[in-house]
Amino acid sequence: MTLVFACEVVLAGLLVAIATWTIVARTAFAAIVLFMVYGLLLAIVWVALSAVDVALTEAAIGGGVTSMLLMGAATRLRAPTTPVADVGLPLRIAAGLLCALVTTVLGAVVFFLPDVAPTLAPVAKDNLAASGLGNPVAAVLFVFRALDTLLEKVVLLLALVGVWSLASDEAWGGVPGLPVYARPGRILVFLAQILPPIGIIVGIYMFWAGASQPGGAFQGGTILAAVWLLTMMARLQDVPAINARWLRLLLVVGPTAFLAIGLAGFFIADSFLAYPPGIAKPLIIVVEATLTLSIGVTLALLVAGPPERLSQR
Amino acid sequence: MRLALDIITVVLVSAGGFFFMAGTIGLLRFPDTLTRLHALTKVDNLGLGLIVFGLLPQVESRLGALKLIVIWLLVQMSGAIVSQLIAQAVRRSGRQT
Amino acid sequence: MTITNFLLVAAAFVLLMVAIGLARILYGPADVDRILSVQLIGSGGVAVLLLLSVGMNLAPIMDVALMLGLLATFLSVTFLRDAANSSSVSPSTTEER
Repeated sequence: MTLVFACEVVLAGLLVAIATWTIVARTAFAAIVLFMVYGLLLAIVWVALSAVDVALTEAAIGGGVTSMLLMGAATRLRAPTTPVADVGLPLRIAAGLLCALVTTVLGAVVFFLPDVAPTLAPVAKDNLAASGLGNPVAAVLFVFRALDTLLEKVVLLLALVGVWSLASDEAWGGVPGLPVYARPGRILVFLAQILPPIGIIVGIYMFWAGASQPGGAFQGGTILAAVWLLTMMARLQDVPAINARWLRLLLVVGPTAFLAIGLAGFFIADSFLAYPPGIAKPLIIVVEATLTLSIGVTLALLVAGPPERLSQR
Repeated sequence: MRLALDIITVVLVSAGGFFFMAGTIGLLRFPDTLTRLHALTKVDNLGLGLIVFGLLPQVESRLGALKLIVIWLLVQMSGAIVSQLIAQAVRRSGRQT
Repeated sequence: MTITNFLLVAAAFVLLMVAIGLARILYGPADVDRILSVQLIGSGGVAVLLLLSVGMNLAPIMDVALMLGLLATFLSVTFLRDAANSSSVSPSTTEER
């Protein structure tokens, strides 16, 4: 048993232990902290598997944004305005059976995986030079499977619209009810003033580096969303009303630029989402830059939640 | 030269690991939130700092070394500020009970 | 034992220390104690990733460490807002509904 194998076994065992613990935790707070730990541990697992792009996204989304979302939900549930229905035992048993079924199917699939995985990775790597990018993941996202990426970004916007639709009729178009600090102390204000510039630089660096090494629009956008949320939580900035024009412009500029360049592909290249040779990389950088902005704003608004009041407090 | 650098790495990283162990023991064994916070900040400062300085001889490029130091400074600064926030929250709650 | 193996072992050791420290989430009488574990995995995770980055000779792993350090700070602030003994949450529901 080699050293590396022993470490991997320990890591896997730790993951299973944390996952079990998350489910049996007594309070929602403890469960969310454990879920965050689980996400960050998974990021370390991805790193051990040398999948650094996935590790970045896992740490950002799985460990970061999802935990913030869950914590906001737990806070709202603590002081509910409508009575929360109790879940009966038959429903719990049905949920448990469904989870067991999914786990069994997944385990069976992993067990019977073919020895040589069917993969297009060598083909993608061979054609990497033609795309002008240095990062194979970025090449797959924006050159070989650009249509999937475009649709993903639209789906993200639709998810935000779905969250907004949870608002009551009177509050539509109003200010999201992001739980904020009632009395932010000087220390928190100091943190919220010193961290955003650093976060913006790191976010832009992550997006820029994504062309040639692990990174990209999603990871950079998550950092931007996190610093914006920090300033809103410390009440240095007001949570914007969702019918603010600048807000909606920022939300759509990313997918719109992507779609526009895709449609331009009909005229300047072969087909939809095709790039003319030579200027592929600058076009992709423009798309990624606008996407970073849009993703940042979208993720922050997803965490902020549906609008709850019409005017600022 | 290579051997000397490796010895420096081993010594510093081991010292850093020792502080991580001390921080964990403190986190589990100390009686009070504020004392546990004290143990934890040693981990942030000394543990991570020693490991970063132990890794510096092993990194080939200057950019990598710079990144190491920047990451350490960032974690140290934000750790220090968040520790103050946690201590403030503990003191506020203590006043209420 | 080569220096690479030593770094990987050091990473495993720090990870083990962080894992043991997570028991504070189980025991911690108040929610604030659980936030201490968030800080621990923040600095401990950064240390593990930096050791892995140099040990596996993959420089981009340092970016994951950078992301982890920043996110641990944001999450600590978010969790502190909602810690049970903290009275600093602003009610998000309106009274005029």
